[in-house]
Amino acid sequence: MLDLGTHASFIIAAYGVTFIAVGALVFATLADDRNQRRKLAELERLGIRRRSAKAPPSPTVKTLAKPKTAKAPTKRKSATPRAGKARS
Amino acid sequence: MISLANPSRFLSLVDRVVPWLSALVAILLGIGLYMSLFVAPPDYQQGETVKIMFVHVPAAWLGMFGYTLIAIAALGTLIWRHPLADVAAKTAAPIGATFTFIALVTGSLWGKPMWGTYWVWDARLTSMLILLLLYLGLIALWQAIDEPGRAGRAAAILGLVGAINIPIIKFSVDWWNTLHQPASVFRMGGSTIDPSLLTPLFVMAAGFTALFVLLHLIAMRAEILRRRVHALQQTQVERAALAEA
Amino acid sequence: MRTALALLARDVKLAWREGGAVGVALGFYLIVVVITPLGLGPDLNLLGRIAPGILWVGLLLAALLSAGRIFENDYEDGTLDVLATGPLPLSVVAGIKCLAHWLSTCIPLVLLAPVLGLLLNLPMGTFPSLGLAMLAGTPAVSFVAGIGASLTLGLRRSGLLLALLVIPLYVPILIFGVSAITPYVSGPNSIWPPFLILCALSLASVVLAPLAAAAALRSALR
Repeated sequence: MLDLGTHASFIIAAYGVTFIAVGALVFATLADDRNQRRKLAELERLGIRRRSAKAPPSPTVKTLAKPKTAKAPTKRKSATPRAGKARS
Repeated sequence: MISLANPSRFLSLVDRVVPWLSALVAILLGIGLYMSLFVAPPDYQQGETVKIMFVHVPAAWLGMFGYTLIAIAALGTLIWRHPLADVAAKTAAPIGATFTFIALVTGSLWGKPMWGTYWVWDARLTSMLILLLLYLGLIALWQAIDEPGRAGRAAAILGLVGAINIPIIKFSVDWWNTLHQPASVFRMGGSTIDPSLLTPLFVMAAGFTALFVLLHLIAMRAEILRRRVHALQQTQVERAALAEA
Repeated sequence: MRTALALLARDVKLAWREGGAVGVALGFYLIVVVITPLGLGPDLNLLGRIAPGILWVGLLLAALLSAGRIFENDYEDGTLDVLATGPLPLSVVAGIKCLAHWLSTCIPLVLLAPVLGLLLNLPMGTFPSLGLAMLAGTPAVSFVAGIGASLTLGLRRSGLLLALLVIPLYVPILIFGVSAITPYVSGPNSIWPPFLILCALSLASVVLAPLAAAAALRSALR
């Protein structure tokens, strides 16, 4: 059996904190990844896709969803150049 | 690096690498944990608490590794304008900060049985704390600037300034610490580490490093996808506006 | 050269005329030094020992408070765009603005420091080293603050963010600044090593910080 000596609680606490922190990091990273992929799939379902993305294989395509319609977002200068808005 | 500059190529690489890397991480950490907890002998000075070293030291190494990565990525952004450099820097910061945090907490928990106090302003812990502050500054700057181009460049500049300062800060903290500490200071881990303790340490370090790389790649994928989502959402809004007009 | 001096003169004058900005920094320094003993107790021995630390920390915070000003005003009314496209290189412009901050804000703070030292029972024999250490270290304070100011230009909560970014970079200045006043290792020449390191830090900052600040400014002005 595992004998951790007189200061066992500190050792357990240290490993515990490591486990929790790493676990939280892994969870957050994976969750973010899944979130973005879900959103991307959602947009693709709506027919909004990037110019370089391939057309969907299904022939029954909604009238909105024409392949290669998604242009690269136009680079418009926003009215307030320093408003700090995210430009595409 | 140049062939990986294409985000789509990079994404497909990540997709292929992740399963293998996950397996590697699991194996290394599994073996490492087993060795750390069951195989490693107690230290003659510290007893069983030396086992904390097996998580504390790799975490500290990875905290520093993360910042080195950010500094190199900063050069990539500012000098070579590599398209994925700022993605690499942005995603490395939270991972590096977490490992630095782990190093601080485990160091503190190691210090209590050893030095009798939870926090000690020794040179290494203090430098780690300042490293954490540097990470927090980078993350705060990323969050404060909305426009991704400016955010990437600003964070790259801050990253480089921080990287240049780290040796200076380390030197000043070492010097400050020797002034205020009594002459004989208990050195963490001892001056020489016995091989029976080194092997678990390296296995854990390798496992954690693989974990860092794995998380970093996944985070970079998520960030690239996030930017695509954002761009497409803008297209969506523009289309809706046009349709209404 | 004349353009550079003209810009410097303009910035220093503006700093002095701007509704008591320098006065506010001095007032803040005073307040920080006043509340510290209130928090620690009136024991003069203790205060005398920690006075160099309190004086330096107070100075750093007071300088940081006014650091946002270095580029902000010119950014807001468009002067910075004009300066960026003008005859002077942007790094020189950035350097001059940091120098103006040093002259208009840090120097008055350094002049106030000995007076506040009296409040903290700083031994009067250390006053010369106090002045020298601060004169040697404050250029680094201003120029590193300039990096922070250029990075946080026009952002929300830029003051707090500026402090968060810059204070870790101030650690060496603080450590050597305090040691240059009251060395803990006794000896006739023992304030010189930290003092010389302070000079080195300041010289390095004066040369390198404007480059970083200019890069950040260019990024913000795009």
